Amino acid sequence: MSMVIDRAQAGLVKVVLELEVANHAGVMSHICGLFARRAFNVEGILCMPLADATRSRIWLLVFEDQRLEQMIKQVEKLEDVISVARHGAEHKVFERLEEFFR
Amino acid sequence: MMQMTGAELIVRLLERQGIETVCGIPGGAILPFYDALGQCDTIHHVLARHEQGGGFMAQGMARVSGKPEVCLASSGPGATNLVTAIADAKLDSIPMVAITGQVPLGMIGTDAFQEVDTYGMTIPLTKHNFLVRDAAELLEVIPEAFRIAMSGRPGPVLVDVPKDVQCQMVSFEDYPPVAVRDIPPVPELAAIERAAEMINAAEQPVLYLGGGVIHSGASHLAVTLAEQGGLPTTMTLMALGAMPIDHPLSIGMLGMHGARYTNYVLEEADLLICVGARFDDRAIGKAAQFCPKAKIIHVDIDPSELDKIKTAHVGITGDVTQVIEALLPRVQVKLRKRWLSHVAGLKDRFGLAMPNLENPRSHYGLVQAVADALDDEAVIATDVGQHQMWVAQAYPFRRPRQWLTSGGLGTMGFGLPAAIGAALAEPARTVVCFTGDGSLKMNIQEMATLAEEDLNVKIVLMNNNSLGLVYQQQNLFYGKRTVASKYKRAVNFLKVAEGFGLDAVDLDTAENPAATLAEALKRPGSCLIHCSIDRDEFVYPMVPPGAANTEMIG
Repeated sequence: MSMVIDRAQAGLVKVVLELEVANHAGVMSHICGLFARRAFNVEGILCMPLADATRSRIWLLVFEDQRLEQMIKQVEKLEDVISVARHGAEHKVFERLEEFFR
Repeated sequence: MMQMTGAELIVRLLERQGIETVCGIPGGAILPFYDALGQCDTIHHVLARHEQGGGFMAQGMARVSGKPEVCLASSGPGATNLVTAIADAKLDSIPMVAITGQVPLGMIGTDAFQEVDTYGMTIPLTKHNFLVRDAAELLEVIPEAFRIAMSGRPGPVLVDVPKDVQCQMVSFEDYPPVAVRDIPPVPELAAIERAAEMINAAEQPVLYLGGGVIHSGASHLAVTLAEQGGLPTTMTLMALGAMPIDHPLSIGMLGMHGARYTNYVLEEADLLICVGARFDDRAIGKAAQFCPKAKIIHVDIDPSELDKIKTAHVGITGDVTQVIEALLPRVQVKLRKRWLSHVAGLKDRFGLAMPNLENPRSHYGLVQAVADALDDEAVIATDVGQHQMWVAQAYPFRRPRQWLTSGGLGTMGFGLPAAIGAALAEPARTVVCFTGDGSLKMNIQEMATLAEEDLNVKIVLMNNNSLGLVYQQQNLFYGKRTVASKYKRAVNFLKVAEGFGLDAVDLDTAENPAATLAEALKRPGSCLIHCSIDRDEFVYPMVPPGAANTEMIG
C-alpha cells in the first residue's frame, strides 16, 4: 500500500509562503524541523540570499489544511524568522521553476 | 580598547547580566571557560554530579527568582546529558541559558572525540539556540540569549561554543548593553472590551489560571479579577499558589487528578476565562468534551497558543499583567450568589476525599504534617509520580513560586536538583523536596552536591518500592498486569543518604512520627526524611487518559 497521498487529488488548495529570515547556517533546519515534526508536507522549497546578505528569502509551497494557521504561527515564533507572508497558488515563483523538473 | 579571550568575555557578560551562581560539570571542550570562571570572584560555581542535575539546579533557581539562570556542560555526553533539563524548561516555559563546550571549529563534522551536533540536537527543545563561530559574536549572542530566554513566553536558550572560540582573542570598544526583557505587545483594546462584556453578561463563568500568571507576576491581579467579577477560579498544576487554595473563590486544580467538583463546575460553565494556560491534555481531558457549554476567552503572551487546542471566542495576545489591568476597570462587581452557592453545593457533595489525613505515615497525612510544621515561606518542590499528585491535591499553596514541579515534561529526577537550585537562590527559605523512591533514584547523585553546598533542603521520601503511577495505571487499565513496576529488592535509602553525608530520619520506626518530622524540618541543613507508604494506595480521582474530565474513576 502506498503511503503517498495525492493532496491535489484530495482537493486541497496550494499556498505559497514567503519568509524573510536571518541568513546563517541552521535557519533552514529550524524551519524544516517544524514542518517535519507535524508531518506537514512541504511540496516545494526555495531559498536565496537577499541583496542585504544578512538576510535570505525562503519560499515554501504547501497545501492548505486546517493546521496551516497554527503552522504559520509556529514559523513566526522562530527568532530567525523576520516575517511571513502568504500568497495564493497563482504566485509565479514555483510555476517558473517547474520547467527545471520536466 | 579591551582585549580578552572568548572565555573571559563570556564570564564578564554573565557578571554584567547579574549572574551570581552557575551550575554544571567541566570537561575537555569547556575547560577554557572554566579556567576563566576560576579567576572570577563574583560567580559561585556549583559542581553538579550529572549534567541533568546541573540543568535542573539552574531551573530551580529560575523557578523561584523568575530570572534566567545558567547551566554549563561540556561537549558530547555533557550536552546529551543536559538535554532532558532543557526540554523540561521548554515545556514549562522556564527562562534558562545553557552554555555548552564544543569541539574546535575545524573538527566539527569529523566525528571528533566527544562531538555531537549539539546545535542540531537542541533545535526542537530550545526557544532558540546558537553555535558561535567567532569570539566577536559573543558580544551579541550572550545578551541575545538572555533577552530571548526572558522575553515574551520564557524558555531555554542554548549557546554552543567551540573550544578554539573560547580561546580566541577578541578586541572591542565597549561591552554591549545588559539584556532586558522586550516590551510585551499591547493587548488589543477591542478584544479587552469584548472580553469584559462577556464576563459581565455570563451567568456561570469560571476563571482558569495557568503558569503564565506566575511567570507574569500577576497572581495578585488574578485574585482581584476573581473577587471583582465573582469568578470561581481553578488553577492548573503550574499555577498552584497563584490564588491561595483556601480562598473562598478557589475551586482547586482541574484535570486528571483534580477534585470531582472542580471538573463538574467546569462542565457547567457558560464562560471560561483562560489566563496564561494552554489547554494541556492532562488539564482538560478530551478536548472536544471540555467545558461543552462555555464560550472561551483566551489570554496568552504566545499567539500560537490561541486556537491551538480550543478555538476561543475572544483571543487576546498579551502579557497577563497588562491584560488583567486593562480588564479590571471594565469588569462589573458581581456577587453571583446563585452560581457561587451552586459551586459550593457541588464542593460539598463532590469535594476531594483525603482519607487518613491525621496519620503522618499515610500519603495525605504526610503532606499535611509537613504543611503543619512549616509556614508559607517554605518552597515545595516535587519529583514526578503519585507523590507529586498527592502534594498538588493536598498541600495548602498560598503564594506564587512556592511550588516547583515538572509539569509539561513530567521528568522523574527533577525534584532534588530543583530543590537544591531553589535553596541556592533563596538560602533563607526551607526547601522541601517531596519525592518517591523511583524518582529519587534518577538523580540521587545530587545528594553529594547537596551535602557539599550544605543547603537547607529536606527530602521527604514516600517509599512504596515501586513506580507507583505506572503500577496504578497497570492495575486500573491493563488488567492488573503489573509489568516492570515493582522493584524486587528494596534500597536502604537511610544508608544511602548517610553515605552521601546527609542527615536521615526514618518515620517508619519513629515513636512519634509527627514530632520527628517537625523536628527534622526545623533543624537547619539538609536531611532525608524517609516514610514507607502503601503501594496499593492510588491517586484518586483519576480521569483515564483520553477520556473526558467528567469520566473520573474513584
